[in-house]
This record gives sequence, C-alpha cells and structure tokens, in this order.
Amino acid sequence: MKFSENWLRELVEIKANRATLAHALTMAGLEVEELTPLGEGLDGVVVAEIVGAEKHPEADRLQVCKVDAGQGAPLQIVCGAPNARVGIKVPLATVGANLPGGIAIKAAKLRGVESFGMLCSAKELGIDADASGLLELPLDAPVGQPLATYLGLPDASIELKLTPNRPDCLGLYGLAHDVAALFGSRVKTGEQAPAPVTSQARRGIRLEAGKDAPRYLGRVVEGIDATARTPLWLAERLRRAGLRPISAVVDVTNYVMLELGQPMHAFDNDRLEGDVVVRHARAGETLKLLDGSEAKPDTGFVLVADDSKALAVAGVMGGFDSRVTDATCNIFFEAAHFVPAAIMGRARKLGLHTDASHRFERGVDPELPRRALERATELLLAIAGGQAGPVLVAENLADLPKPAPVALRRARLRRVLGVEVADAEVARIFTALGMKVEPQVDGWQITAPSSRFDIEREEDLVEEVARIFGYDNIPTATPAGALALAAEPEARIGELALREQLAARGHFEAVNLSFVANELLVQWGLAGQGVPLANPLSADLAVMRPSLLPGLVEALRHNRARQQERVRLFEVARVFAEGNPPIETPSLAIAACGTARAEQWGEPSRALDFFDLKGDLDALLAWGGEPERWSVHTDDLPGWLHPGRGARLSRDGETAGWLGALHPQLAKALDLGPDVHVLELALEPLLARRLPKAQPVARFPSVRRDIAVEVPEEVTWSRIGEVVRSTLGGVLKELRLFDRYSGKGVEAGRKSLAMGLILQDASRTLVDDDADRCVRQAIAALERECKAKLRG
Amino acid sequence: MDDLDSRAVAALADIDKADTLDALEALRVGLLGKSGIVTAALKTLGSLPPEEKKARGAEVNRVKERLADALAARKAVLEQAELDRRLASETIDISLPGRDGERGGIHPITRALERIAAIFARLGYQRADGPEIEDDWHNFEALNFPPHHPARAMHDTFYFGDGRLLRTHTSPVQIRSMKGRQPPIRIIAPGKVYRSDSDQTHSPMFHQIEGLLVDETSSFADLKGTLAEFIRAFFERDFEMRFRPSYFPFTEPSAEVDIRWETADGQSRWLEVLGCGMVHPNVLANCGIDPERYTGFAFGLGVERFAMLRYGVTDLRAFFENDLRFLKQFA
Repeated sequence: MKFSENWLRELVEIKANRATLAHALTMAGLEVEELTPLGEGLDGVVVAEIVGAEKHPEADRLQVCKVDAGQGAPLQIVCGAPNARVGIKVPLATVGANLPGGIAIKAAKLRGVESFGMLCSAKELGIDADASGLLELPLDAPVGQPLATYLGLPDASIELKLTPNRPDCLGLYGLAHDVAALFGSRVKTGEQAPAPVTSQARRGIRLEAGKDAPRYLGRVVEGIDATARTPLWLAERLRRAGLRPISAVVDVTNYVMLELGQPMHAFDNDRLEGDVVVRHARAGETLKLLDGSEAKPDTGFVLVADDSKALAVAGVMGGFDSRVTDATCNIFFEAAHFVPAAIMGRARKLGLHTDASHRFERGVDPELPRRALERATELLLAIAGGQAGPVLVAENLADLPKPAPVALRRARLRRVLGVEVADAEVARIFTALGMKVEPQVDGWQITAPSSRFDIEREEDLVEEVARIFGYDNIPTATPAGALALAAEPEARIGELALREQLAARGHFEAVNLSFVANELLVQWGLAGQGVPLANPLSADLAVMRPSLLPGLVEALRHNRARQQERVRLFEVARVFAEGNPPIETPSLAIAACGTARAEQWGEPSRALDFFDLKGDLDALLAWGGEPERWSVHTDDLPGWLHPGRGARLSRDGETAGWLGALHPQLAKALDLGPDVHVLELALEPLLARRLPKAQPVARFPSVRRDIAVEVPEEVTWSRIGEVVRSTLGGVLKELRLFDRYSGKGVEAGRKSLAMGLILQDASRTLVDDDADRCVRQAIAALERECKAKLRG
Repeated sequence: MDDLDSRAVAALADIDKADTLDALEALRVGLLGKSGIVTAALKTLGSLPPEEKKARGAEVNRVKERLADALAARKAVLEQAELDRRLASETIDISLPGRDGERGGIHPITRALERIAAIFARLGYQRADGPEIEDDWHNFEALNFPPHHPARAMHDTFYFGDGRLLRTHTSPVQIRSMKGRQPPIRIIAPGKVYRSDSDQTHSPMFHQIEGLLVDETSSFADLKGTLAEFIRAFFERDFEMRFRPSYFPFTEPSAEVDIRWETADGQSRWLEVLGCGMVHPNVLANCGIDPERYTGFAFGLGVERFAMLRYGVTDLRAFFENDLRFLKQFA
C-alpha cells in the first residue's frame, strides 16, 4: 500500500512530523517499507508559460523561448526539450534555484545565446521518473505561482508492507483509524452526500452466486466525456500512490479504491445486454480480460455477466469487450462485496495479481459499496459530466457478515501480555479504532467495524491493545515455572560431537542443497531413487537426494578445480526414499582425495587409500564401544563402488552403509582419479554407544607371542581373526596385525601376515609352556582352516 | 720426599692440561693406581722407623688427597664440556612444523546453529525434530493457515506429486511436539527448510530454529525477556532491540524482532532477526492442549542470518558452495 503523506494528513490530524509518523506506523505493525520525499528543493521553481519559441541559430536541437513567469517582461530561456512549444505551461527553475538533482541554476550562455533559467521535466524536479520532456501543467495553472504550492508539495510517498490480516489499511480511511488511535486524534469522516439523480437509467441485477457474492451495487451514468482530463490534484495523488493516471473513469475508480479500500469497476453500459448477473463460471466458459489474456475460469470462479455473456472475473479483473474506451458515453459502475473465500487463490490460478484481488482475498468492508459508489459518482460528474441514474442494489442480507461482539477479559489481557493496561486506556484504544466498547464486570464487549475482518476472538483484541499500547511498553520478564530436567541418553553419541571428531581427523563439514539433478543420479546409477519434486526450480534441483555422495563428490570436484589437491569433506544430512510417508534417513558421508596425509617434511608422501578412510570409520566405531557388532562384506556392493576396493558395512548383520574407492568408470566420467574414496553410513547405528559396565582389571600379567604365517591371497584377515579367536577362546585378549607382505620370498598368490597374540588368564600367571601351547594350537588351526604355512 | 712433592707438582700441571676423560684416567692410574707413584710411596712407609712413619704417612696422604681432588675437579670440567658438546650436536630446529598437526572444521551454519541450540538448552529447551517432507496439515492447516489464505503466498512451496510438500518452516515441529503431550513444554527445533526462491539473498534450502514454550504462566513479557537474553548471549553484547507488531497465522499477538546493527561505515540500521508471538489458541486446540489453561510463546529464526552477522559472511551462497578456502576460515 503506497500513498501520499499529505493525503493521509487531510483525513486525520497528525500532530507529528514525517519521521515520527513513519516510526509510529512501523511500531504499530504497519511497517513503512519505503519513504520517498517529494518536491524538496523546489524554491525558485514557478509555473511559467512559453509565449515565444524560435530555433536556436547555432544548434538544431535547441530552441530559444520567451517565457512568462509573471515577472513582467518575458525571460529568455534556451531549451532542448522536444515538447517545448508556444502556449504550454511548464515549470521554470529561475536563476538561483537549486534543484534536487544538485543542479544550481545560473544565468548562462548556451551556444552564444543567453539563458535566464531552465524549463524542467518531472525527473529534474524529483517528483517523477518521467524525463521524456517538459512537465506539462494544466492550462489553467496560475503563471508565477511557486510550483510547490501549485502541486501540493512537499509531500512524501509512503509505502507500507502490510500483513495479510490488515486489509482495512488498503484504503486510506482504514489507515487513518490506526493513525488516530496512535496519535490520540480523530478521523475526519464526514458523511458522503448522495449524488443528484438526474436520469432514470437502470439495469437489473441478479445475484446467483449464493454466499460468494452477497451484495452488488450498480449505477448507470449517462452522457459522460470519457476523454475529460483528470484534474492535476487527483492525478498527483494517484501518481504518489504508484498508479499511472489513465483516463477519467479509470482514475476515479482507482482513486476511490485508494481512499476507501473498495475496488470498483466501470463497464461500457452500451456493451451490456439485459441484466447484470453475478454467477459462477460455467464449465468451459472463457473470457478475454482487460490485459488481453484469455481467462479459462473453472466453475469455482464467480463471474459478473449479463444475460448473454461473461463480462468480468469477479474481484479480479474486468473483461476486454465491455471496457470503457474514449468512445464510451454511458457507463455502468460496479461496487460489490465478494467474500474472501470466493476470491482467494483465484487470481493466482489465472496467473494474475491485481489491486482488486489483493483486497478482496484479504477482505473488503461489506458496508463500503454504497459509499464508494456515491463517492465515485461525485468525482466522475465533476470531471466528466453526465447524468447519474439511481443506485441499484442487489443483496442477500442473510449472507452478509453481522457484526458480533467479542468479549475481552481483563484477566486474560493481563495474563497474555504480562502487563496491566489501565481500563481507560483499553477503552480509548478500541474507541479510536472505531470499535464499540461496552464495559462488563470482568472486561469489555467489543464490536469491531465491518472493515475489521481480523477481529473474531479474544486474542485478536489482545493484539489490538498490545499494538496500540506499544510493544515497547510491555516489560521484559523471565519465564517462571519448573520443568523436569530431560534425561540425555548417554548411550548415544551427540551429532555435534561426531562432527567435531571428524573435524579433528582433518575433515571439513560441507552443506549441500538437498536436491540434485536427475542426470547426476543417472551417472551414479541411482536413477529412480530419491523423491522427485513436482515443481522444482530447475532440472539441477529436481530430486530429493537418495544419497549424500553425488552432491558431496561434486563439492570435491569444485575444490579440485580450484587448486585444492587434497580434499577432505563430510556431510551430515538426510537422504530420501519414496514411501508413505517418504523415508528420511539421517546419514553421514565422507569424500576424500589427494595424499593420505597433508604434505609435510620428514614423512614419505603417499596417495590416500581404502584403509585411510577405514581408519576414520574404525575410530568412530571404537568410540561407540562395540566395534565387534560391525562387519565388512564384499557382496551386494552398489555400482558406484570399485568392486575390489569397496565394502558393505553392516551392524548386527544389517546393512548400514558403504566404504571404498569410486568405481573407475564413474571416476573417469566425473573426471576424477583413482584416489577418490568415499564413505556413507546411516547415522543412527553410528551414534549408538555402549554404556560402560566396568570389569575388574586383570591381576595377572599378559604374555605376547608373535607368529608369521603364509596364507593364500584370498584368505581375509577377518577370517584369520575368526579362526584364532575361536581356537583360543577367552585367553586371547587381543590379536594385532603388525605386518603384511607379499612379493619376493613369498610364493606367488600367497601373502605373509605377522601378528601378535596377547594372552592372559584371569586366574593365574601364564607360564611359557601355556603360551607355547596356545601358539601351537593357533598355528595348527590356521594350517587346517586357512591353508597357512608357518614362516621360519 | 722431595721427589714425591716435585712429582706431585708436575702431576697437578698434567691434570690441568688433560683434555680428555681418557687422558685424565691414564693420569689417575699413573698417580693413584696400583703401580702409581702415590701407591708406591705408601708402600715404602713400612720400611721406615716408626717415628718417621707417622709424619711421612701423613705427608703422603696429603699429596694423595690433593691429587684426588684435582683429578675429580678436572673430571667434572671435562664431563661438563663433553655434555655441552653432545647437547650442541643434538640441537634441533624447533621452528619446523609439527607432525600431522592439521585439522578440519565444522560448517559455519552448524556452528551458529549449535551455539543457538546450546543457549536454549541451558534454559531447559529440549531438541525436537520432524520430517522435512511434510504434509499440508502440519505445515499449514494445523498452524492456522486456511487453504488459499494469502499468508500462504508468503511461503513459496515445493510440492511432491502426492500433495506432500517440503516444509517451508520449522513450525510444523511445534505441532508434532505438542500432539499427544501436555505442558509444560520447552522445545527447540533446528532444521532444514525449503522455499522455491533462489537469488542472491535467497537459497531454496536454508536453516531455521523454532522455539516453543507452553505452560500455565507464560506471557508476552516472558517472550520479550527470553529473546533479549538470547540475543545478548549469542552475540556476547547488548543491542538496542525492538519488537514490532507483525502477523503469523499461528501466533497472536505476533512480533518481528529487530536489532540495531552497526555497519562498517559507522551507520546503523534496524535489522530483522526473528519472528515470534504468543501461540494462537487455535494451534493449541489443534494439538489437544486447553488454551484456557495454558499459554505459550513461539519464535523462529534463520540460522544463515545469524551466521552471517556473527562471522561477517556477506554472501549467502558461500554457505552452500563448500569451497575449502571458505570452510577453512571456520576450522
């Protein structure tokens, strides 16, 4: 809602300057979004008439004008504006004036001809954006009068960012009520006198849209001059409200909408046939609108029609064929009440948003149509002449909202706000807002004016008091009330702690958008997974990701392309899968590439491999305290993993994630090398943590025995562990792999593994014989189960 | 006698000149060893008459002590020199970088989010969460947004084929937390939210934190106090602050919170940082909580905004580019 400050001040007395007014509006919930001062620095600018114009002897585009500025002898002014011509009235900046743009006017010679001032465009004066030529003033403008006085300047254009609950402030009168309450003054309402009825022209009105359109007022005005010029004061008010003056009829309806908040429409009466009918759209019905678009309203829409055709989409936009043109002589004014539910979402469905729909879908005062109609008639007759017919009324009173009192309890007000507001102040606030106040024993009965759609229940009244009383005047307090302390589960690792742990291990946390391109999923072999959006912003952001990795590896690529050779990224976020409801799984992913360790002195550099990332995983699992519940598998690997360097991870036999090198084909397609390794895990199993249960520390020393065996390449370390553990049982406290070797000295297809056995008995000290026996048993089992050979 | 004395004098000079521990040891053997001159002199004592024996014995012992003292003193000097040499040879360049000293870092959004959540945790607010793919009822209707209501137009919503949507705010967590539960309730719900809007100052995905308190006594004054404390705790300083009436369908009265922010050029301006209000009675009723008995307040804030202010980030998009040169600044 944009309006002229001076206009508002005409409707309500405001004993405050502009800045105070703007602050008060903002602090009452009517946020001032923009405030543009107009017509500052117009001292020395006067209304002048061009009385002579000759071509400049030295310049084709310039004219030498004689200008009457009411100072006796005409002034000589050199002017380059294309519309400068004899007979028009224009603003003249006289010598000594300082224009808003910083131009100081001095007597000067232009191409050898003296000039004593400057004729101005609206832009040069800072009152409009129009710089196409001189601002042409009406011919009756008084020569010599200061332009500021003539245009009602200075003024300001104030734009409010109104919330959807305050449609009443989409008209200046509504706004004036809030201002009156804020500044302790009164709105200068004044009765709207009915326009003289001098014609008997009528048209029938039939309401056939039930509760959607309970009131429709119309009036025929005959014999108007549609080409009449809109007076300057009215045009200026429209302009300062952000509307372009168009024609007398349109300007009048727009003016009334701004002043009262009632959207109106005018039809060319000669284009209407029979009655005006307010009805729902029929299936398949179409209508060409004012903006030239073809509307295809569904049957939920309300239309204004006549006996043979649709004329307008009610509350949204008028039709093209019945519009008022310069040739129009007779018009039919419409001022109607459409209920918000009938209009909500309709304009949007047509791809439109109009001043009318904006107001109707929020709610327009149902008592406004008559006043608006009389006001519009009054203005139109004054501007364009004509004969007004009687006001035509169709209404279903039963379907109109009835003002119902709402109770406000003193105790509730105090409880919700946390402050005592004096009874007198409460009564003053509601009265100034135009509400009826009836005191009760425990509070008040308040009846809101019909314009206040937002007053339905007690809380709405609490808000009104708070707003006008001032949020600033409500004290600050600390919530009381005891609360049971929530038990934080210790058997769960916190997500932040997990992130800090990964950061401590050298990884940086990334945050990617949750949507990915379908194309990327195809590349990863994940097409059809994830959850596709119905209205994505773009194809790049089309699917809720089924895995964190495609996006994370893209982030890795982004860094690789920016001279970052060694990249360590992780992300914690949800992945999505179809389901009812869709399945959201919080997950952790890591993507890494480059050298295993940061470049440093004294340490050999090597490329990152599987076991570096597995080390990160092992550290996390050790933290959980139950690494034995986790296992790695080579089966059922996803296609994006290297089949020989990938692992499926499971906890208690249930798949929890994957780890490994990217599949070489995928890496190649993404223009990445073999060093890219990734990990993705469901978060929940990872966060599970064992609550420690202390055991007594063993009293007897442990014994260590080292053995080295050769086994076939395909025998895994985890198999060897199983065999040794099951053979030795509880006496084996720990099995450590300290070397793995293949190559010279080891038979082809076999590898050598060197391991340490830490042995301990809870009840006695193990002697050499015990330890030797254990070693012999372990070796025998490995020979039997794993085709192992003891190395010398 | 004279012979021993003069040899002792010569030996003392030799001891002073000895420049290695080995040379010193050789001297010691020659003087005090089994066949050293002092030992030899002691051996001659037995052949002396008793009256001379005593005096001569004392004489020889004095020489022996002098020599032993000199040897010990020289030894200490040589040992110290030796130690000094060794230490000098073992000196390292302590300015070389330590081994494997690098670390990663958490994302600035996580950092700000966790800082905010931790402040409220101290006030007894419990973490809560809900799905990111929501239904219309939780995201809008239960929060008092009727269908087609203009307030919905303020939320540009992503939809799925089945009518579900991406939550446009964390407020549906209010509903999920209140359903099937009775006050007192204090929850804090951080998470990702989505709006179909993308430009320099809007990301289609961003992070919000929702706070909710419901009990038998909470008031707008409590809301003001809570948020003022929070702002002070988060920024570690006081701000000029204002609560400005606003509108959210799920709170009434509603407010937006502005803080007076100083910009680099010394100017200051009001900056909107939070939306809040008293929980609308319809919302409480939708969750099975008696709005006559209980009141509550709720607030919501954008984590990116707080992270930008706190860490001086000027471009929203930097948060989602994951450029290491950016991330490393938050290690």
